[in-house]
Amino acid sequence: MATNPKAVRRSTRRTFLKNAGTVAAALTIGFEWPGSARRAFAAGAAAPLPGGTFTPNAFLRIGSDNSVTVIAKHVEMGQGAYTGIATVAAEELDADWSLVRVESAPADAKRYANLVFGTLQGTGGSSAMANSWAQLREAGAKARAMLLAAAAKQWQVSVADLTVEKGIVYDAGKKRQATFGALVKTAATLPVPETVKLKDPKDFKLIGRQAPRVDAAAKSDGTAQFTIDVAMPGMLVALLKRPPLFGATVKSFDAAAAAAVPGVVKVVQVPGGVAVVATGFWAAKRGREALKIEWDDSKAEKRGSAALMDEYRRLADQPAVSARNDGDAAQAIKSAAKKISANFEFPYLAHAPMEPLDAVVKLTANSCEIWAGDQFQTVDQMNAAHTAGLDPQQVSIHTLYAGGSFGRRANVWSDYIVEAVSIAKAFGADGTPIKLQWTREDDIHGGLYRPMYFHKLEAGLNDKGELIGWHQVIVGQSIMAGGLFAAMIKDGIDPTSVEGAATMAYAIPNLKVELSTTKASVPVLWWRVVGSSHTSFAVEAFMDEVAHAAGEDGFTFRRKLLEHSPRMKAVLELAAEKAGWNSGPLPKGKGRGIAVAEAFKTYVAQVAEVSVDADGQIKVDRVVCAVDCGTPINPDIITAQMEGGIGFGLGAVLYSAITLKDGRVEQDNFNNYRVLRMSEMPKVEVHIVPSAEAPTGVGEPGVAPVGPAVANAIFAATGKRSYVLPFSKAGIA
Amino acid sequence: MPTAFVLNGKPATLDADPNMPLLWAIREVAGLPGTKFGCGMAQCGACTVHLEGKAIRSCVTALSAVAGKNITTIEGLQSRPAKAVQAAWVQLQVPQCGYCQSGQIMSATALLESNATPSDADIDSAMSGNICRCGTYNRIRAAIHAAADSIKA
Repeated sequence: MATNPKAVRRSTRRTFLKNAGTVAAALTIGFEWPGSARRAFAAGAAAPLPGGTFTPNAFLRIGSDNSVTVIAKHVEMGQGAYTGIATVAAEELDADWSLVRVESAPADAKRYANLVFGTLQGTGGSSAMANSWAQLREAGAKARAMLLAAAAKQWQVSVADLTVEKGIVYDAGKKRQATFGALVKTAATLPVPETVKLKDPKDFKLIGRQAPRVDAAAKSDGTAQFTIDVAMPGMLVALLKRPPLFGATVKSFDAAAAAAVPGVVKVVQVPGGVAVVATGFWAAKRGREALKIEWDDSKAEKRGSAALMDEYRRLADQPAVSARNDGDAAQAIKSAAKKISANFEFPYLAHAPMEPLDAVVKLTANSCEIWAGDQFQTVDQMNAAHTAGLDPQQVSIHTLYAGGSFGRRANVWSDYIVEAVSIAKAFGADGTPIKLQWTREDDIHGGLYRPMYFHKLEAGLNDKGELIGWHQVIVGQSIMAGGLFAAMIKDGIDPTSVEGAATMAYAIPNLKVELSTTKASVPVLWWRVVGSSHTSFAVEAFMDEVAHAAGEDGFTFRRKLLEHSPRMKAVLELAAEKAGWNSGPLPKGKGRGIAVAEAFKTYVAQVAEVSVDADGQIKVDRVVCAVDCGTPINPDIITAQMEGGIGFGLGAVLYSAITLKDGRVEQDNFNNYRVLRMSEMPKVEVHIVPSAEAPTGVGEPGVAPVGPAVANAIFAATGKRSYVLPFSKAGIA
Repeated sequence: MPTAFVLNGKPATLDADPNMPLLWAIREVAGLPGTKFGCGMAQCGACTVHLEGKAIRSCVTALSAVAGKNITTIEGLQSRPAKAVQAAWVQLQVPQCGYCQSGQIMSATALLESNATPSDADIDSAMSGNICRCGTYNRIRAAIHAAADSIKA
């Protein structure tokens, strides 16, 4: 097991993030600053306690009232990061879980960088637990050591005679006891130990158990505070009218009618459009509806998604850039006894988190204070500073609960933050708090979609039915191009476009994966599970087709190709066993399908069971999921993330698509951007592989296999395959 | 023109545009932010409140339409079914991001107040207007059953 940060960093060897770290390290020089000017507002946010507090490090604060506050450097957007981080620190501290609370860290990359990203503070790539594991264990263990030293000093005994249980220190024979709170004054005077011994995993009391979520109660009584809930005296609400086409700009506008709407305070032009600032949402919305704007669309994207896909289809036959080239795939397929080919089409997808994007900004001539469900603190701080004309250290960020994100709130342009700051600046930078609120239509029309992709696949089997050649061409926009992470594009390959395909675990002697990167003015972004959101589908649905051509079932065929990948093979076998893969055929009209994925070093296999009714409509009845994410920190949260990932991924493959007609987005809201609803949610069973490996992420990987598992189950039930997503396009969902 | 109604059991008079959706009147004028904005067109259920005990979407209900009526929000839940639902939500660790959960709980409570032993089909029918992008649907279903069981017990 990894017990130091280096080991954890080695284990998260994902090229994308490693490279991100390198890029970030180079960029960080520009926005690191000496400590004197920095405000430590989060650490000082709690009311002072009469008996004092003990702050052994940047991650913990222990109060004389026995409270243990864990400072979370990661945003809580549903994935359970607050609970996971607190569990790890509280474990080593031997804290009483009922007294543990979590507070968000300020934007301060020096103390709160994501170690997987390098020197950027932010959350993403399912990295919260992977990069916090060693750091938070050490933070908890050092605090515990200092509390023990404090007790030893007070009682004049040896530390070796002391024990700790649930936040109480006992001496030998338990004759004396002291709560953490009673020791904080002394502990605060002691030196921080250089090194500390971490627990043997067999002694874990919280890790691997069901520590309840720290946010469940507040999220069940309406008191959890999201950005939309921020209220302060004099605060105004802004809505921004953005161009109807990507790349269009304001030519001219008439604000008279908008300004006349009761409650509208000011109409301001900003780089992103025209904003109506009002006393409340409703007035701002009515004002925005009354705006008259003439747009300059001379440089705008005017192609439709169908035309783009036609172009992608043509490009798939043109020379592309090699992302992986083992053996000679072309030759192997040419000489194969049996050839199989298929093309897959994937639409643009919106993230559509339940809380539409929002941010509150209080801007003055020399400070910028931001409240947001912020996922990319260092980048947002830099972009906010640039927009406001301030230095990054003049920008502070209060990270609040995010009402979902799925990647949307982490983007290198900090779009919604920059909009809010630019509105506050145009308003006069007079310290008036302004809340920028997006509507659902703004969100669906707003771009930064999961890119549209086309995959062209060919495979060859020899006369024994063995897979000897695989050739895959991926066509689509790059997420990384033109942004902060563009340097991660190496030799023409954006790793996020090909991950899951170029990195597939299957042993195929002749394997070629190529990429053709397209350009369009439709802004794109990572979307939950990033590249594997499409590559996994293409690889796993096509693998099923290849297995069928070889006369084998999807499980047996895959297992043979995974002999050298024990963790992937193990989840495949576990999912198949728990799903009763070999328990005989399902009744007519039902089918079973299997798929695997590795994302962010977590291995997932899923078996889907579907029913098809007389009208050919499918219903996903059940999904059995096996996951290996290293040491399971909180099994219930892992289970919840698999359940949720399955629901999220299933909604997308069944119903979701952003399409453009003459450059205009055709969807507006949940009425025509369909997502999964309750009646469509299958039964889900999750099985977690016991492991002593370092923990890896669970927020995203569960999304990847569900689509192809369902597609393969539909084939088993109907003999038909779907090559165009979502399935609703073919009228089966 | 002010609109008078009963909000969480207490008389309330809100001085706001009578056409303002109840959602914004509750959130920004009455200062009760537990009810959430998700779509503005009765598609997602995040804004669900009770009008005379029935679940409605406050984002498409004009403030004027509730004059003289009883409105309950997540902040005002008091009934035995409501408390059972909220306890089950915590017990079964339903919320993830939590943003939709006020609306989910309001829909679930209205269901249990009218049907003490809902079937899965009853739950689907009462809850399919509430979207959860985190995909907590199975836990919501289990929590509604658990709440129903706890009330019977």
